[in-house]
Amino acid sequence: MAIELRHRARTVLALSALAALLAAIFCPFLGGSGMDYANLLRRQSPDWPIFVNLRLPRTLLALLTGAALSASGAMFQALLRDALATPSSLGVTAAAALGAVAAISFAPAGPAWFPLVWLCALAGAATVIALVAVLSRSRKRFSAYTLLLTGIAVNGICSAIVLLLHSLAGITKSFQITHWLMGGIAPVEYSVVLLLAAVIVPVCVWALRLARVLNVVSYGDTWAAGRGVNCRQVTWRGFVAGTVLVGTTTAVTGPIAFVGLIVPHLLRRVVGPDYRLLLPASVFGGGAFVAICDTVARSVLAPIEVPVGVITALLGGPFFVWLLWSR
Amino acid sequence: MSLLVLQSAAFAYPGSPPVLNGVSAEAGVGELIAIIGPNGAGKSTLLDLIAGHKTPASGRCLVDGRDSAATPRDAWCRLVAHVPQQAPANVPYTVEEVVLTGRIPYGRGLYENEDDHQAMEEALERMRLAPFRGRSFQTLSGGEQQRVLLAAALAQQSPVLLLDEPSAHLDPQNEARLWTLLHDLRALGRLILVVTHHLSLAAHHSDRIWLLHHGALAADGPPAAALQPGRLEAVFGVPFHRHTGEQGRLFLSYGD
Repeated sequence: MAIELRHRARTVLALSALAALLAAIFCPFLGGSGMDYANLLRRQSPDWPIFVNLRLPRTLLALLTGAALSASGAMFQALLRDALATPSSLGVTAAAALGAVAAISFAPAGPAWFPLVWLCALAGAATVIALVAVLSRSRKRFSAYTLLLTGIAVNGICSAIVLLLHSLAGITKSFQITHWLMGGIAPVEYSVVLLLAAVIVPVCVWALRLARVLNVVSYGDTWAAGRGVNCRQVTWRGFVAGTVLVGTTTAVTGPIAFVGLIVPHLLRRVVGPDYRLLLPASVFGGGAFVAICDTVARSVLAPIEVPVGVITALLGGPFFVWLLWSR
Repeated sequence: MSLLVLQSAAFAYPGSPPVLNGVSAEAGVGELIAIIGPNGAGKSTLLDLIAGHKTPASGRCLVDGRDSAATPRDAWCRLVAHVPQQAPANVPYTVEEVVLTGRIPYGRGLYENEDDHQAMEEALERMRLAPFRGRSFQTLSGGEQQRVLLAAALAQQSPVLLLDEPSAHLDPQNEARLWTLLHDLRALGRLILVVTHHLSLAAHHSDRIWLLHHGALAADGPPAAALQPGRLEAVFGVPFHRHTGEQGRLFLSYGD
């Protein structure tokens, strides 16, 4: 049995990592604008620079984003004991959006606005992360439920201010705001990819080590406490970790809905409820899923790029419904 | 020093009258103690304090010389196993997986080791659950779930075992088996505390009765001494009658 579970965990890990690896290898080669592969092999312009500077970092960003969103989604579903919990449940996505929208609204028009928007989105996310950490550590009577309701309130407040700023913005800025709020994977500098990886990889590794404990935490505080788990500590650390994952990626990509909710549920149907299988599958499977969706998003109506959130919902949604009803 | 020591342990929910007003008691290895009392007397709260789910507002709870308030959860769960009154809902795991959760306090890594599996096998065997091992927990009946949770607590291999109304969902056969099991565990040197409303069974099977009333111990002693009809009437508010059956077995009936 012990050997069997370990064996299954290894298989799931290997298969999902393979899926992510295949996505990483093939997605950069695919795209609507067509690529002259001979040119690419000779490392000649324009195909080589497009491949190296645009498509490769973009695919890496998609992998990281998918991993972060679905890992934190799986974790939040356990910690909040709510099947409908998403990485945005605690308000971090709305806060990042508020930061970004505020930056776009108030910054002087100019070409150098990207780092500012990113930093402000990050600041918005960080505010919520700090709020989660402070609330769940300092309050004596702390429950996941209170935190979830607080998250809903934070979501509402941030969305309201975003709406206000949006309504006050001029036409150019309004377009920028709409574009940011649609979310999407865009080509980024390698430094951004590295920075994200430096945050996401260690946090994901940490989350994986939490898996056995999440198995009991997801079915009640008392049960988990009776199994030697310090629930309060696990819960607030898990929330902070998940919020960090979502906050840092959302600051770069904008809100990408659906991934954090659907990927863990989808994989739960495949690998079962044990978080020791589900979390690694979510990390790699989520990454592969977003990378593939992004490839479709930039190919299907090329040269127009569809927001990746459209594809994640249109691809994942029907598949999920099929999986739900086919058993 | 006794295995379990309660020193004026008190507990209150914020803004409410205290549930426990300073309970002091000691209990040692190989004892089977039945905790009885009216609804709301603090029985489950007392178990929660000993289980470490709640921290005493004042006073202390010591097991094996260690203070519940100062001991890490995993270490405490290696000392005390608690079978709650209610099974968690919608648990998607198999019986084996639920029993293995009892090994989490021993867990260093992500996966169970051979010791963990051996403990699980013993617990399944003891609870006659081997035929159920692959079944999904949530498809079991209330009584079967109760037995699985007890098996998980056994797999925890702690010297103290707490049971909160373990026979609530059990049929007579399984209830009789439960008491036999508790006798076996007592013989192995465990300290067992059982919250129950089955006074006659408690009287017959336990070594000691803790009678709780308004958050305090109204009686602590062997069943014959603790279960005085007058005292029970004062605590429960209904008349009690004692009967003696074959071999001096004590029965209690109540009501007019």
